[in-house]
Amino acid sequence: MTSATILVRALRDPASATALDAAGWTALLTVARAESLIGTLAHRLADIPLPPAVSPTLADARASAETVGRQALWEAEMARRALAPLGVPVILLKGTAFAAAGLDPSIGRSIGDLDILVPREAIDQVESALKAAGWEWVKDDAYDDAYYRRWMHELPPLIHKDRDRMIDVHHTILPMTARQTPDAGALVSASIALPDGLRILAPADMIVHAACHLFADGDLAGGLRNLWDVDRLLRQFGNDPGFWSTLAERAALHEMERSVHLAMRLSAHLYGTPILQGAPRLTLFERLIVRRIQARDGWGRAPHPFTRLGFYIRSHWLRMPPTMLARHLWTKLRKR
Amino acid sequence: MSRHVAMLRVGPIAFRVGSAWKGPTDALRRLYAGYPVPAVPDFTVRLEPQKRWRRWIAPSVAIRGDYQFVGAAPLSLAHGLLAAEMGMNLQMALGLRRYLLLHASAVERDGRAVIMTGHSGAGKSTLAALLSERGWRFLGDEFVLVDLVTGQLRPFPRAVSLKNEAAAVMRAEGAGDRLLFSLDDTPKGRITYLRPDDAAIARMDETARPALILFPRFGDAQAVRLVGPAEVFVRLTQASTNYVTLGEPGFDALSALVRDLPARAIDYPDGDSAVALVERLWAELAR
Repeated sequence: MTSATILVRALRDPASATALDAAGWTALLTVARAESLIGTLAHRLADIPLPPAVSPTLADARASAETVGRQALWEAEMARRALAPLGVPVILLKGTAFAAAGLDPSIGRSIGDLDILVPREAIDQVESALKAAGWEWVKDDAYDDAYYRRWMHELPPLIHKDRDRMIDVHHTILPMTARQTPDAGALVSASIALPDGLRILAPADMIVHAACHLFADGDLAGGLRNLWDVDRLLRQFGNDPGFWSTLAERAALHEMERSVHLAMRLSAHLYGTPILQGAPRLTLFERLIVRRIQARDGWGRAPHPFTRLGFYIRSHWLRMPPTMLARHLWTKLRKR
Repeated sequence: MSRHVAMLRVGPIAFRVGSAWKGPTDALRRLYAGYPVPAVPDFTVRLEPQKRWRRWIAPSVAIRGDYQFVGAAPLSLAHGLLAAEMGMNLQMALGLRRYLLLHASAVERDGRAVIMTGHSGAGKSTLAALLSERGWRFLGDEFVLVDLVTGQLRPFPRAVSLKNEAAAVMRAEGAGDRLLFSLDDTPKGRITYLRPDDAAIARMDETARPALILFPRFGDAQAVRLVGPAEVFVRLTQASTNYVTLGEPGFDALSALVRDLPARAIDYPDGDSAVALVERLWAELAR
């Protein structure tokens, strides 16, 4: 059993952790930290007897996740205040959205930057309003800046000059260069208002976004956490009437059927998400992905550089047409 | 898996240090001989080649672990022990949530402690080491751990890192046999590691009540200055690596120190006058 599979098993079946020895616990805690799942794990294991050497670390992780959640909500409130005068819908994404709506993936979850989605036609106004409220550019590189503005699904990252916190402003959920084109307008119009006026994606769109994030954008880094989000969301919404048919429709609308299907199968394989009859039989490609996602040793290192490089190139291949990819990699290479 | 491993517990914190080379972990084991060996660490440190081929050629030690700085500069293998120490400090500074962490030194007598904090190079390490040779128990020279519930200090008696001439001062005090490693030309000059005395190690789980805060500064003529609560507060927040991340419990613990303890800034030209000043202020002020 690899170290990452100890983590997957402990998340899926907390009681399994009681059988761990000191080396097993050490690997579990180290991998959980490396995968940003230590807070989630700490909550999952809250009710099982823990070795005395382990419980303080998990108590720390729970306290830390609570602070992180509070800070993320405060940052969302700062953005809300800055953008409220514009009267445009502001949709929270990922960790902050889960925390703001009190959804199951938020329990113990780590949250990095603030991610928001706004209508594309409002992006210039949003940018000016954020700058007026103290956010500044992180990148001062002309190529990167031009690249972001022309081809990416988000503005170049902004950081707040006093609070030192980053905001990613999206106008859609995949780069403009990707083969699929999610319907950004539909994401906005189906979004749901929270009491304070900020919004979150509709449940099915949240799953689509998580799948986008995992497969079509990025090199699968953070996959265990991403799929944990998918698992928790599917369990939470799965009993709502009409959820599964809506999910199928939205996945088709956003041209993300393959990725959503894959995310569901992997989440069922890893975390036992109750979506299919029994555990799915994985294809060779899916097994490769599972291997990549769990490529983390007991010291917290990701040890399969070859697999990683392959997925890095693949992620760029999916994002850009070949000639553009060549030009991009060439520009990046010369700058190193 | 890392080829070479050292496990050690200092006060309430257990470390696992893995290294691609034998040197750093051997040095750690010698410096920390007799410290408890934990089964499950709180933090993991990894000392790895910066690039794969640099395990053998011009070895360059990158400091990684549970928490790491992306841009942290690697060290030469000759400074491997420093890399291990910096790696452990980094885990504490970035990861610890159980205690309010102050970048400070501390010594104890009769169950009560003096906290000494100041800028790097102000002399807090040397002063703590000096006092521990003259009747005080050494609690730590790098981090002071304040319990968030009880306000008590948890000893964290790591090896003292003495800069440049400070090693000679400690040799003159008769602590020469505990000066174990000397590293030349580090980014901080010459560093000599002093192993804490046996009492400091044996009593590392015995807490102490904070009684006095000092802001020592080596170099000027002897002087004592009253430091008001606002300045103490600001200086302690600057000295704390986790004050912000702790949120309200951190604020409560830190303001309790400001409210309850007398504080003075002291200047001194040499070790003897520093010790005399601390003794005088302790007799006059300590709560």
